[in-house]
Amino acid sequence: MPDVLAFVPVMAGRCVRLSRRNTEALLTSLLLPIMIMLLFVYLFGGAITTPGSYVDYVVPGVLLLCAGFGAASTSVTVCQDMTGGIIDRFRSLDIPAPALLAGHVAASVVRNLVSTIVVLGVALAIGFRSPAGPVAWIEAAGILVAFILAISWLAAAAGMAARSVEAASALTFGMMFLPYPSSTFVPIATMPGWLQGFARNQPVTPVVETLRGKLLGTAVGASPWHALAWCAGILAVSVALSGAAYRRRVR
Amino acid sequence: MTGEFAVEASGLTKSFGGVEVLAGVDLTVARASRFALLGPNGAGKTTTVRILSTLTAPDAGRARVAGCDIVRDRHRLRRRISLTGQYTALDGLQTGEENLRMVAKLAGLAPARARRRAGELLEQFDLRDAAWRRVATYSGGMRRRLDLAASLVAAPSVIFLDEPTTGLDLPGRLLLWRAITELSASGVTIFLTTQYLEEADQLADRIAIIDGGRVVAEGTPAELKRQVTAQRLELTLADAAAFDDVLRAAGDRVVRADRGGLVIGLATDGTAPQVRALLEELDPGGRGVATFGVRGATLDDVFLALTGHVTKEAVHA
Repeated sequence: MPDVLAFVPVMAGRCVRLSRRNTEALLTSLLLPIMIMLLFVYLFGGAITTPGSYVDYVVPGVLLLCAGFGAASTSVTVCQDMTGGIIDRFRSLDIPAPALLAGHVAASVVRNLVSTIVVLGVALAIGFRSPAGPVAWIEAAGILVAFILAISWLAAAAGMAARSVEAASALTFGMMFLPYPSSTFVPIATMPGWLQGFARNQPVTPVVETLRGKLLGTAVGASPWHALAWCAGILAVSVALSGAAYRRRVR
Repeated sequence: MTGEFAVEASGLTKSFGGVEVLAGVDLTVARASRFALLGPNGAGKTTTVRILSTLTAPDAGRARVAGCDIVRDRHRLRRRISLTGQYTALDGLQTGEENLRMVAKLAGLAPARARRRAGELLEQFDLRDAAWRRVATYSGGMRRRLDLAASLVAAPSVIFLDEPTTGLDLPGRLLLWRAITELSASGVTIFLTTQYLEEADQLADRIAIIDGGRVVAEGTPAELKRQVTAQRLELTLADAAAFDDVLRAAGDRVVRADRGGLVIGLATDGTAPQVRALLEELDPGGRGVATFGVRGATLDDVFLALTGHVTKEAVHA
């Protein structure tokens, strides 16, 4: 394990540099969440009734959606490494698979935090206001990082298992849609009955409820614990899956 | 590392999806030598190199490289060898310097030493001017040299090169040959694969010929050449019709045929009576053969004699 940790900063540095230079992917990961936020606030917002102003309701969800997009691209970068020549170099250097993936995940967290800050800046410009104090902001950031970490590793596992870059991005498609049947954009009570059960019990809902509660200063109940349990569970499963996919692949 | 061999392999087999790629490969490579594994596409060269460099596990057989078992001691072994494959194992979006520095850090060098080592290697491989350009903008030859440089960061004792010059133009190939020759002067063992006879002849002091997943011959370039006829009669034909006539009449005595150049090579002992008899027999009318010459055997002849097919170069030569 100390070996693994020694490799992570170098691998993370590499992945951050590569993301920074992949201009198209960088622009997409910044512009798409902003477009979606503007779409919801200005187009759908008038028709959706929420407690308080809709921009306040939707911004925490957009932050989360943004994290989903950013993390999904991890599957593509991992798959590119696995299908290109560089994996031979890393294996020759005896880099353990968890160190390789941790580098990608660390870069994903950095990338997503940057785009979160940009999206938050635009949100403030279009009227988002938060009464939250510093502690609540830190708690909100913490839950967001935990979520990004978990789904980035899930995406990395998908990238490890996929045989092509196209397959890798298809595998993470579901991840990007999960926020829709949740309380991210509309209150769950407005959904058809059969969907409400799913929406209440899927991982995105407790995460977005925690985020919204912390940022808007409302009660969160047990949501933070549910959210953290989901994140820990997804992370554990993803680490195990990615390890298995790697071993199957290199033999 | 003890023992006189850098590589000892016996009975290596490997199948992929039911297709047998290696059918029992046996090899020994002396320390500090230059060894070439020569064979056509699909002969099992890459699989052999990937097994010896621990990237693929053999189905059966045993091998020791640099004193380490390739399966049990693979983690220790990886610190003693390097592999440069057919495809660039570097990031196109990083500069040459960044790639080398990254590899140096991953090999355990502290940042300051990694920077210094990267600088040395860029110098050694004639890449100083391109150090700060992204690798995506490099030519094929520059990429191979950078790849080779990256393999040398940690001073390995056995260097595997899988088809190092495939796809390179002539100047690129010559530069890489020079780099490989210089490397071997420093006492490392070089194990390369190639489908170019000329490359094996130039670079290696021992050659093994692999075909159909088996080593079919082994020796120095001179020994291998002695295994086939010592001389070759080369006929240049007057036209395509004459070329076809002679090719048919000569049958299995043909060791080389180049339709574009209208040249046919035949096995001979080089004596005047035999050459005269051959010309009489193959060109009774005396008009088909324009010129002829007698030459020493090349590795092409060896290759054809042993595997029953010509190599890439023989066809285009």
